Amino acid sequence: MGFIHPYDRPNSYIGRTLPRSRAKRAVAGRGRYTDDITPPRTLHAAFVRSPYAHAKILNIDVEAAKDASGVKLVMTGSELAEMCTGPWVGTLKVFENMKAEPQHPMAVDRVCWHGEPVVMVIAETRAQAEDAGELVVVEYEELPVVINKETALDPGSPVIHANLGDNKAWEHTLGSGDVDKAFEEADHVLEETFYFGRHTAVSLEPRIVLCEYDKGTEQLTIHTSSQCPHMIETVFAQTLGVPEHNVRIVAPDVGGSFGLKIHTFGDEIAATAAAIQLGRPVKFVADRLESFLSDIHARENRVKAKIGIMNDGTMIAAEIDDLSGVGAYSQYPRTSVFEANQILNISFGPYKHPNYRARAQVVYLNAVPTSQYRAVGHPIGISVGEFMMDWAADVTGLDPFEIRRKNIMEDDSYPRPIGSGIPMKDLSHQACLEKLYGLMAYEDLLSEQTELRKKGIYRGIGVAGFIKGTAPSPVGYYGAGGARIAAQDATTVKLEPSGGVIVALGVTDQGQGVDTVMEQIAAAAIGCSMDHVRAISGDTDATPYGGGTYASRATAIGGEATYQAALDLRREILHMAGILLQADPNELDIVDGHVVNDGSNEPRIPLSEIGRIGHFQLGELPNNYQPVLSHTRRYRLQDSPYIYTNGIHGAYVEVDVDTGWIRHLKHWVVEDCGRIINQQLADEQIRGGCVQGLGGALYEHCIYDDYGQLQNGTMADYVTPMMSEMPDIEIDHIQTPTSESELGAKGAGESGTGAAPGVVMNAVNNAIKPLTDGRVTEQPITPEIVLGALGKI
Amino acid sequence: MSEEMITVNMTVNGEAVSKTIPVRTHLVDFIRTELGFTGSHLGCEHGVCGACSVRVDGDVVRGCLLLAAQADGCEVLTIEGITDTGEISDLQEKFVERNALQCGYCTPGMLMTAAELLAQKTEMSRDDIREYMSGNYCRCTGYHAIVDAIESINNERLGG
Amino acid sequence: MKAPKFSYVRADSVEHALELLDKHGDDARILAGGQSLMPTLNMRLSQPEILIDINRLNELKGISLDGDTVVIGALTRHVEVLNSDIVSAHLPLVTEAMPYVAHVAIRNRGTIGGSIALSDPAAEMPACALALGATLVVQNSGGKREIPAEQFFHGLYETARAENELLVEIRFPSQKKDNVSVFMELSRRHGDYAIAGICAYGKVTGETIDDMRLVYFASEDRPVIGEHAIAALNGHAWSEETKDAVSAALENDLDPMANLNGSAAMKLHLQKVLTGRAMDTAVSRAGGTL
Repeated sequence: MGFIHPYDRPNSYIGRTLPRSRAKRAVAGRGRYTDDITPPRTLHAAFVRSPYAHAKILNIDVEAAKDASGVKLVMTGSELAEMCTGPWVGTLKVFENMKAEPQHPMAVDRVCWHGEPVVMVIAETRAQAEDAGELVVVEYEELPVVINKETALDPGSPVIHANLGDNKAWEHTLGSGDVDKAFEEADHVLEETFYFGRHTAVSLEPRIVLCEYDKGTEQLTIHTSSQCPHMIETVFAQTLGVPEHNVRIVAPDVGGSFGLKIHTFGDEIAATAAAIQLGRPVKFVADRLESFLSDIHARENRVKAKIGIMNDGTMIAAEIDDLSGVGAYSQYPRTSVFEANQILNISFGPYKHPNYRARAQVVYLNAVPTSQYRAVGHPIGISVGEFMMDWAADVTGLDPFEIRRKNIMEDDSYPRPIGSGIPMKDLSHQACLEKLYGLMAYEDLLSEQTELRKKGIYRGIGVAGFIKGTAPSPVGYYGAGGARIAAQDATTVKLEPSGGVIVALGVTDQGQGVDTVMEQIAAAAIGCSMDHVRAISGDTDATPYGGGTYASRATAIGGEATYQAALDLRREILHMAGILLQADPNELDIVDGHVVNDGSNEPRIPLSEIGRIGHFQLGELPNNYQPVLSHTRRYRLQDSPYIYTNGIHGAYVEVDVDTGWIRHLKHWVVEDCGRIINQQLADEQIRGGCVQGLGGALYEHCIYDDYGQLQNGTMADYVTPMMSEMPDIEIDHIQTPTSESELGAKGAGESGTGAAPGVVMNAVNNAIKPLTDGRVTEQPITPEIVLGALGKI
Repeated sequence: MSEEMITVNMTVNGEAVSKTIPVRTHLVDFIRTELGFTGSHLGCEHGVCGACSVRVDGDVVRGCLLLAAQADGCEVLTIEGITDTGEISDLQEKFVERNALQCGYCTPGMLMTAAELLAQKTEMSRDDIREYMSGNYCRCTGYHAIVDAIESINNERLGG
Repeated sequence: MKAPKFSYVRADSVEHALELLDKHGDDARILAGGQSLMPTLNMRLSQPEILIDINRLNELKGISLDGDTVVIGALTRHVEVLNSDIVSAHLPLVTEAMPYVAHVAIRNRGTIGGSIALSDPAAEMPACALALGATLVVQNSGGKREIPAEQFFHGLYETARAENELLVEIRFPSQKKDNVSVFMELSRRHGDYAIAGICAYGKVTGETIDDMRLVYFASEDRPVIGEHAIAALNGHAWSEETKDAVSAALENDLDPMANLNGSAAMKLHLQKVLTGRAMDTAVSRAGGTL
């Protein structure tokens, strides 16, 4: 019969919904998060943070704090700097002409944002460390604050980092075609300006490190809530001058990550330095107040957009001008300019306009540094593009579906580039669009909308297509960019003496179900039962080096590595079985943990016997054969910068046109994330991602005043989406396997977040359209913004 | 001022405990650090997120908004205890089957709140469930699957 | 984010609590439900020397009917008020408002007295007390005094309660037989503090508003009676003209605080919208037609 792809076998694990073992543990309260681990003699860190957005540090008096009850160490920024190899500089080579100020883990002589760590206190308990922190006296001299991105580049503006000359971090332009000519030729040219608020991740488990340094072996072990253990291992090692191979990062259960936890923060370096200095375990938990003041922020952008449309609805040109307000420093090592860069890359991405021009300017502000948060740049680029598409529909008298049918790239037209020059392939915009049309029963919604409007009830229907960059390659930003961030990933698949299989992963699991997905892939590829496969992840001592879980890459990249490693082990098992059974390996198969005769499935030898013989009874094998029962394979993209995915969202909202309140009634998604390994897990990634996007679109906003003070740094004031206001979300799929890998999986973790803000903004505008010429162009879409668009206040 | 200590006696997950602790210790810090029941989590420590929800004398409360000293003499039940009693084993199984959790950090608090809702044994709509559960934050799931799980167990328990 | 050091005393009687209040004055905080106090302690926004825990004072708990008065002990938990048959029969406004008070776990612990004594301007119970003309009974070591709700709320977290006094009881007049009540509020998410809110309580005869009290909360620094709006309302049939007149009059009653939740202009607008909706509902509840 020959080799059958695992996903083509009957009852294959690939494509099946299977429960997660981690879930069984979590529902019993037996999850194991970093804060659940407390070795004997653990000390606790607390930080004195800057109350100012920008100030010179004149003096720090720590004497009273040192004498406080339970205190073991008080460390200033300059003392910490002496323990470090040097400050961080958050630039990448690929971002030409980017400027960044060196950043110390804790402020040394100047604070640049409200919340920047200044002094660390280590004490027997966290409460004592906080008590002592109150006794630290820091004298500041306030400096001029830059907090408004719109004036940060004005000639008269104060400059945050004098060495950089001005507040500009980076400027970039890209495009294709002749945009100016196209605008001249267009029947309609539409222009609008959009504002996107600053968000932060609010993972329920905050950032945390538990640092232990063994002075005998000189080994540093850090338990931490991380998505990318190997990547941060590098950062800790390099910053503190510990050889990388002497650092072990363990990420046990991780209580939400969302991009936040790919990063390393200065306070974490400080706590680690304290553990090295004191020789005792040190734990630091960023409490919720300091999370808001120190976790990376994201999204703050102003985008001016312009499109040229012909009377028949064809878009012939698009232009965007983005102004991105990042924080006081560029976040090391990924930089803070990725978001702006992605906005340029993906805006208007589903459409085939031949002319595109985009510019981004990224400016520093005296605010929390921004960096990568779920669906980097996509919520902004998609909101802008899809708004403009709906507006074009209005102007040309087309239905929102109709104008998209006209402009989206055809499913049979790939490979082809989009306006930003990025190559696209294996996409299915047309199929997704038609599926959504049916899924949301669009025509019924239209009739209902019309009927309800007669009763003064204003409902809006939104549609928003998207592309999403997933699984970046090493030829783009990472690797080539100069940062030690792996775009490859690796899996080791081992046959144990029991016949069970261990799958050791470079990618990690934060509850998405990565472990389960990899177990499914390995079990399917080998031909054994899921019960006999166990994944290990989140421990740099136990897993092969990999990039970890970020940018929707775990299944797309790690999955292929797992698949190939498992196929290698399968081949080895069949080879060994062939020797033992004196059979041709090509006439053997593995089914349900038994080597069988291919075709008839007649059992020949169980994997437990292969395991036993392979590990203990090697004398039964020929002398010239050393069985290799542990296989590692790595995988990376080759020429493509990303594996792009596509899909489309629909939303149905009701706007209370007197109060401006929005009720999100229903949300639909049709998504093409390539081959699906576990449909339930894919669906739940999309649902969770959608709500995270809806949070940003409707509620979330880090609000700064003119002095750079964060105004709403509590969970009572930073409004996250809760259960009552969120809609049910219906999901369907088109599966176009990526041609980049054999497995064919693309990323699925972020697209919900990327497209949900745009669709809800379109739905709100659709709802109020009969009443006003005003449009909502700002997120979060507060009632005040809706009332403003309606002209009511 | 010096650290004032207090001796507290209470029943936690069916076991009598007695500990001398700083009076400022809140209930979940006490349960986690003094007793080692780490199933109750701290997400915000200001009463918004619900990750610390525990049951005190029969009612679900925010464990971060109650001093351990206030629970002196009380019956405290955490996710570990309610798992052992089997009171919500059907709901726990459904959470796993429906994948009504991802990172799992909110899950103990979510289950403690849902346990109180399901104990009402009444018909409820999805909106009712969403409203009752609206004080528990989950960043991962988008809530839909949690509503599904609770709805289906309520229907099962009502014999539907 | 751990609370600062403090002393803790569990009061074993009201007298004991009052004695401690006399002794410690402003350095003491009463720990009732603790649902607002504990966050401020955890955030170190408040650093009292001593907490006086009154949670075991059973004499401050319970709901009873005293003639035409519903007597609610200050330490009665929100959940008990929500589930009380006495309250739903005699104070439907309070029953209608209670689900808006935070979330189940907070209602299980938080107390009606604590909410009123704290006087958060966006809280529901102070507004209900004012709308229904409740009497707040406070006690110090010298004895009790009664304060009408109209005189109790002084401003942002400020009340007529003196430092050495404990709020012990809230006395609500039962809703009059011919009266109706309506509670409405707008918050971004269910259970959040309101951005705008109204309690309407009074009499509607046919389509005429006879004697309606309108209390606004969340937009001002305390719950306020909409005197001008009431003047424009009472004695009039509920109509578009009346609605416009009431809206115009309301501008003389309210001076909303702008904050992160919205501008003064938006809050005034929302209070006007709520006024119209509340009166639509009141007329409808009174059996009238619109």
